[in-house]
Amino acid sequence: MWEGFRHFADTYLMWNEGPLIWMSDVLILLTSIGIVAVLTYFKKWKWLWDEWLTTVDHKKIGIMYLICALLMFFRGGVDALLMRTQLALPNNHFLDAEHYDQIFTTHGTIMILFMAMPFIFALFNIAVPLQIGARDVAFPYLNAISFWLFFFGALLFNISFVFGGSPDAGWTSYPPLSELAFDKGPGENFYLLGLQISGIGSIATGINFMATILKMRAPGMTLMRMPLFTWSVLAACVVIIFAFPALTVALALLLLDRIVGTHFFTILHGGNPMMFINLFWIWGHPEVYIVILPAFGVFSEVVATFARKRIFGYGSMVVALMAISVISFFVWVHHFFTMGAGADVNTFFAVATMAVGIPTGVKVFNWLFTMYRGRIRMSLPMLWTVAFVPCFAIGGATGVMLAVAPADYQYHNSYFLIAHFHQVLIGGTVFGMLAGMYYWWPKMFGFLLDERLGRWAFWFFNIGFYVCFMPQYALGFMGMQRRMYTYPADLGWGTLNFISTIGAYLMGIGFLFMVAQIIYSIRYGQRDLTGDPWDGRTLEWSLPSPVPHYNFAVIPTVEDRDYWWVLKQQGRTQELRPRPEEIQPIHMPKNSGRPFLMGVAFFVAGIGFVFNWYVLAVLGLLGVVACMVARAFEYDDEYHIPVEEVQHTEAALGRL
Amino acid sequence: MAVVHEASDAFNVREHGHHHDEDALRIFGFWIFLTSDLILFACLFATYVILSNHTGSGPTPADMFDVPAFTAETIILLTSSFTCGLATFAMHHGRRGLMLTWLIVTLLLGLAFVGLEASEFTRNALAGATMQRSAFLSAFYTLVGTHGCHVSFGILWMTSILIQAWRKGLAGEIPGKVFIVGLYWHFLDVVWVFIFTVVYLMGVMR
Ligand code: HEM
Ligand SMILES: [Cu+2]
Repeated sequence: MWEGFRHFADTYLMWNEGPLIWMSDVLILLTSIGIVAVLTYFKKWKWLWDEWLTTVDHKKIGIMYLICALLMFFRGGVDALLMRTQLALPNNHFLDAEHYDQIFTTHGTIMILFMAMPFIFALFNIAVPLQIGARDVAFPYLNAISFWLFFFGALLFNISFVFGGSPDAGWTSYPPLSELAFDKGPGENFYLLGLQISGIGSIATGINFMATILKMRAPGMTLMRMPLFTWSVLAACVVIIFAFPALTVALALLLLDRIVGTHFFTILHGGNPMMFINLFWIWGHPEVYIVILPAFGVFSEVVATFARKRIFGYGSMVVALMAISVISFFVWVHHFFTMGAGADVNTFFAVATMAVGIPTGVKVFNWLFTMYRGRIRMSLPMLWTVAFVPCFAIGGATGVMLAVAPADYQYHNSYFLIAHFHQVLIGGTVFGMLAGMYYWWPKMFGFLLDERLGRWAFWFFNIGFYVCFMPQYALGFMGMQRRMYTYPADLGWGTLNFISTIGAYLMGIGFLFMVAQIIYSIRYGQRDLTGDPWDGRTLEWSLPSPVPHYNFAVIPTVEDRDYWWVLKQQGRTQELRPRPEEIQPIHMPKNSGRPFLMGVAFFVAGIGFVFNWYVLAVLGLLGVVACMVARAFEYDDEYHIPVEEVQHTEAALGRL
Repeated sequence: MAVVHEASDAFNVREHGHHHDEDALRIFGFWIFLTSDLILFACLFATYVILSNHTGSGPTPADMFDVPAFTAETIILLTSSFTCGLATFAMHHGRRGLMLTWLIVTLLLGLAFVGLEASEFTRNALAGATMQRSAFLSAFYTLVGTHGCHVSFGILWMTSILIQAWRKGLAGEIPGKVFIVGLYWHFLDVVWVFIFTVVYLMGVMR
């Protein structure tokens, strides 16, 4: 009995790993008990289920994505600090090689798939239906499924840390290293299944928002009147739909290699590891555009709003978005120039990569021209946007340097690369997402985030960023390779690494200020009573904050780009207020617990496959099928909000 | 076809609230899904093409493929696509009985296809040509098997719609559902045409 328990604790709970794991186990246990206790004490279980777990409302789903993204940002950030602590000094043994491998793997994977992706989906959900004058997305039920697949995929990935062991083959998980022969533990399976489950959700989101944008716009909202954020979402959805299946296939084949024993990417029996690497980057490169395009969209909204000018070159902005989304599919080989595809192939991909700079440059100049002679207000969203421009310009320039194939033989997989991609991912995506969060926060919650604390967060994060990553360019030139857990003292890398670690901690402090800012603002933040705190331009600012469940009591008819701004200029804002006689009963989708249960079923199946417990796996899959069948026979999934109720709500908001 | 056409107009479909518009929206969404499913198959095809001559110590395509068997599979699946089209056609003319009949024929043909494929797979596997034998076989079973899983899923799905159409007639959401499952079925047929050419024909001709 005791022996059996010891065995379980050592293999699954990894108790032989020592105090760090014990502490994490205890912390997780205490947190879970705490959450359960609070929910029970305040009798919030029913509220949780009715209002959140079963919701199909895009606004609430967006908020849930946002919360997850911030939590994952925290986890990925802690990973980053652990790594930087280890690298601060030469010959350091704070972490050993194995733990370092696990931590850069979870850091990279989490930051891209479980931080950046939910963050963009949060903004998709929060802003798109409101910007185009719709009451929800095209397929609200599917939207909930997407969220829960993301959630349980992320959960599956994250529990590997305390249950079975973390993956350690890098976020790219290249075979043959990630094959069973070289990587026995369940960690790699956690990676494959966690990503697979959330990836299915991402494809569904891509489909959903594409249908929403193309089919659910308010009358008069022609494509060329759409806000640029919505355009950027459309571009990102195109990329999702075409790129994610490649990831699905890459993961599935590697999983087959590992659990069935096939030979796709092994070196035995004719397998070809390069095939995985190609498939991975056929998805992987477009993926970085998936996370940057929505950030570009946010910047376009923010710049126009805070410079109080129409965006300069709207048409060229649209063309640039679309061009980037197409070109992004023809550059993937730049991730392995050194693998010897030959000069002609490398040349093609080098030129294509540099070509991406052209539409991107167009966009940057358009933002600058929009700011030129604008009456600029430096509120938080604008601050992050302004900081983005130089940061992304440097990141873009070093990207073009990396695209020079012959030169890449020098910097490939060095700290030069690390500095480059952090500069575009942080300076582009993270800055963009934070700008978007600050911008739409009042719309989501009805209050603004405190400016003063936000400025502290901003300066710590920005200065920290440069202190952390600029030295890494130099370290790359000095020969420091990525994914090394320590280095000898006599190479002279110590000083720059130490400076870099200081920068990482400054960013950490910046994040803490952000947390403080949110907590402080929940109580003391300025309330948004007008619904239009930034003097905005697009339809979402014509609604009260937070937006009522049905969004628009009467669907507006749009006559111009930046319609809300135009109406304000002409003193016609009254036109977007509902008139009592126009209000009709509103169709809304009903809540459903099934998307959540489906996520649980996927999770169960995932655990089954991770540990090769096939009974559990089959049970999980049966659960998935059961949810689908139940849905197929469901007819009555909508209801009407009666006119009186809409009138009542609108009157209470002072809009009638 | 009429339904497809309607998919491309209409702003803000949910507003009108009619089932017609909801259907158009679903059909549009389904087309997007098919696009991404097509990319999925394209990746599997690419993998197969790269690995098809990596036969290691195992059999080559020419050793393994049985011309009468895969010809029969092809004819059966193509016919089922035709009968599925007839079902949709009958539906558009409001002939429920006829539609149900053609759906049942389609289902039977689909079952026959899956049965034949399963027997082909077991025959090969028993002869030692298993998935684990060589990279070519891994890719072969995965590509063809993924299509087979899609067909099997289609059978389950079409059965559920058959039951619904049986119970509810051609009212409400049913026509849209029949149309969509039909789209799916034709899509699988198109994919099979590529499997037939790239895997089987090019395999035996090499
Ligand atoms: C917030 C501050 C951040 C710091 C201090 C940081 C630090 C690091 C460090 C030290 C490594 C490991 C380098 C190595 O040994 O090879 C790393 C890898 C990586 N980081 Fe970050 N990072 C940060 C934010 C981000 C963000 C926001 C993203 C993505 C959106 C990101 C994506 C990655 C990826 C993909 C890798 C590669 C993992 C691998 O080699 O498999 N990081 N980061
Ligand atoms: Cu790339």
